[in-house]
Amino acid sequence: MSHDASTGAAGKTGGLTLGRLLQSPLALPLIGLIVVSILMGLASDNFFTLNNILNVLRQVSVVGILAVGMTFVILTGGIDLSVGAVMALVGTLSAGMMVNMGVPAAAALALGLLIGLGIGLANGVLVAWGRMPAIIVTLATMGMARGLGLIYSGGYPISGIPSWISWFGVGRIGIIPVPVVIMVAIYAVAWVLLQRTAFGRHVYALGGNENAARLSGVKTQRVKLAVYGISGLTSALAAVILTGRLMSGQPNAGVGFELDAIAAVVLGGTAIAGGRGLILGTLIGAVLLGILNNGLNLMGINPYLQDVIKGAIILLAIYIGREWR
Amino acid sequence: MLELKGIRKSFGKIEVLHGVDLDVRAGEVHALLGENGAGKSTLMKILCGIIQPSEGKILINGAERHFADYDQAIAAGIGIVFQEFSLIPWLDAVENMFLAREIRNRFGMLNRKAMHRRAAEIMRQLAVDVPLDVPVHRLSVAEQQFVEIAKALSLNARILVLDEPTATLTPSEVEHLFKVMRELRKQGVAIIFISHHLEEIFEICDRITVLRDGEFVGSCAVSEVDNDRLVEMMVGRRIENNFPAKVPVPSPAPVVIDVEELQLKKGGPVSRFQLRKGEILGFAGLVGSGRTETVLAMLGAGPVQRCRLRLNGTQKRFRGPDEALAAGIGLLPESRKEQGLITSFSILQNVSLNNYGKYRKNHWFIDLKKELAATRTAMAQVRVKAQGPHARVDTLSGGNQQKVVIARWLNHDMQVLIFDEPTRGIDVGAKAEIYALMREFTQKGGSIIMISSELPEVIGMSDRVCVFRSGGLVATVEGDQIESETIMTHATTGRVEHVA
Ligand SMILES: Nc1ncnc2c1ncn2[C@@H]1O[C@H](COP(=O)(O)OP(=O)(O)OP(=O)(O)O)[C@@H](O)[C@H]1O
Ligand SMILES: [Mg+2]
Repeated sequence: MSHDASTGAAGKTGGLTLGRLLQSPLALPLIGLIVVSILMGLASDNFFTLNNILNVLRQVSVVGILAVGMTFVILTGGIDLSVGAVMALVGTLSAGMMVNMGVPAAAALALGLLIGLGIGLANGVLVAWGRMPAIIVTLATMGMARGLGLIYSGGYPISGIPSWISWFGVGRIGIIPVPVVIMVAIYAVAWVLLQRTAFGRHVYALGGNENAARLSGVKTQRVKLAVYGISGLTSALAAVILTGRLMSGQPNAGVGFELDAIAAVVLGGTAIAGGRGLILGTLIGAVLLGILNNGLNLMGINPYLQDVIKGAIILLAIYIGREWR
Repeated sequence: MLELKGIRKSFGKIEVLHGVDLDVRAGEVHALLGENGAGKSTLMKILCGIIQPSEGKILINGAERHFADYDQAIAAGIGIVFQEFSLIPWLDAVENMFLAREIRNRFGMLNRKAMHRRAAEIMRQLAVDVPLDVPVHRLSVAEQQFVEIAKALSLNARILVLDEPTATLTPSEVEHLFKVMRELRKQGVAIIFISHHLEEIFEICDRITVLRDGEFVGSCAVSEVDNDRLVEMMVGRRIENNFPAKVPVPSPAPVVIDVEELQLKKGGPVSRFQLRKGEILGFAGLVGSGRTETVLAMLGAGPVQRCRLRLNGTQKRFRGPDEALAAGIGLLPESRKEQGLITSFSILQNVSLNNYGKYRKNHWFIDLKKELAATRTAMAQVRVKAQGPHARVDTLSGGNQQKVVIARWLNHDMQVLIFDEPTRGIDVGAKAEIYALMREFTQKGGSIIMISSELPEVIGMSDRVCVFRSGGLVATVEGDQIESETIMTHATTGRVEHVA
């Protein structure tokens, strides 16, 4: 499958030549991924082991899933700062329902997904019908979600959830970690939505020229509602994995994850102003970020310095990306 | 004074200018002519340093010059009015005109007064009354056009390029512009003028240069050619540029849209009109007369005080273009770049943007094959010149971009199309084609409201004409009364009905 433009058209048919590959918007993220992988492989003998690679992918899955919703939102020209806090809130509430309220675990997880979707839709209503800037709306809901989680739990992790839930966090299907399977499935659904449905085209249209989209009859407000809803839902899905991994509801989890998610989207070649980008790019961006984290850890670099290095690499990548076009 | 020699330009592998020469003398108005996509705008952007030629020379007063960017060209005395606007929407007219060339006082602070004075002076020269201190996005397209022109004039350029400045102006405004151009010509300024209105060429230009598909066809004095010869040079064949015959609408024709009452502003005039099945209803009037505002208000896409309308006999109220679309009413807005196109989309994506109902597969998915086939047909119908359906629309020439928006709506099965300046920037050959398609649409039972500032177009195409003035409808004319004098009289002196 090739793409003639980053705006999500299905590609012209034809052979997959190197020239075409280099012109694809995915080329740069891919090259970045390869370069960083090679560097990490050189720096650490353990990097290119199957175990480590699966491990990296498993670690990537939470931010990777948050970044899916973030991609939808950013493509419309918006932003969602609330993803990390919503994830923590959903995880905390689900665990609380199971442990303190006697709700069956499966039902608690399902309710958690609904809560995530609901918060996302609330963001959407405020942005689309309230006509408020997305950055402000989601900054506010980020604070509220974080605060509510802390109030509900008194600031302490809620543990004692049924042990089968750990399957979502650390289970395996064959050798593949369950979170990786879930992440890939979510990306597949997102790809179909963006590339093969009218809704997907309208998402891109909104980021490209909202005014023109509106005047030609696109229901712009509903599209906005939907993308924030999707973002809330993917935050809740990420919460399921996180809960399974930590075997508890952690009100303080996911601080700063919204920034990692945004970084993954942008490293994947999506324009921060919207209208251009591919969901596969986001997957590459998320993995790239994960490899950096993993590699820097393997090398035993001071965590504070790691942040500095990561920031510098993101700046560099985006600079190269701009010069490339 | 100015010579371009053997200019070639390629975008990627595709060459769009194949060695073009242009020779412009001081104190002349030089017409640059050619079909949509011939390479006129590209050549002018090369002259202004905005894009770099692949090959060729630019000579000014005999000396070879290279412009790395637009600033260097300005410094060399070149000014340009772009075909696509380059104004910053949130700044006002004065701020736009002096952007990056602000007048400062002794303390390095902006000297707003001096800039305002200079801007007002230029506007007076142009004999137009454009509000100087509202953000330009609130101005009409024609007013924005004048801000663009004023911006170029404020540079005191010796070589002035006007890329389709008259596309959005009404005849009287064009006259003002021509007056200024004649004045500049007297002062020895060389003017390059691009337009698809051939009568303007004969009125104002001294010499012409014709391009066809990026090839240099020839240069000569205007007096050496006539209209037919010009068209032949541009298109390479003769064109019967007639409007399709008007077919009498069977009466009594059913009324599709009945606007019983429409008031834009509190205390403003109230308009009433009817659109009948199978007719083209022209909206004529000066710029700012309220034609665009009226249709936007009808669809719930613009401010409105009061609106009562019936669609096929039932009371209706549209809260936005999406609801109008669902009811079978499509709008082609006046500004293709700001309101019509998603410029980062391909032609295909723009054509099908609001029409996915047509290509569904398993209910949820887009049938890509059908979509591609339909786009190809639509492109061929209006003759879009492009590399293919996957070309991004921002790589198309202005006229071809306009054709894409038209293709979008002709590809739809709507009962009503509202076309706001549909042929803006479209060349003579393609125009005839589009007129024929519009007629075909009404023959099949569709109805069209056509807003146009081109009087010949209004007269040639409309079955009835509504004339607007100062925000309201002043008269509806039909039959023999559809001629320029009657329409212009209503447009300039018509009485508007006011209701509190
Ligand atoms: N950035 C670009 N990339 C690829 N092709 C381009 C680009 N810019 C222009 N072209 C192509 O160059 C050709 C000439 O375009 P140009 O805008 O100069 O035409 P024009 O004569 O001004 O037409 P119009 O009358 O419609 O304004 C067109 O075929 C257009 O598609
Ligand atoms: Mg042009």
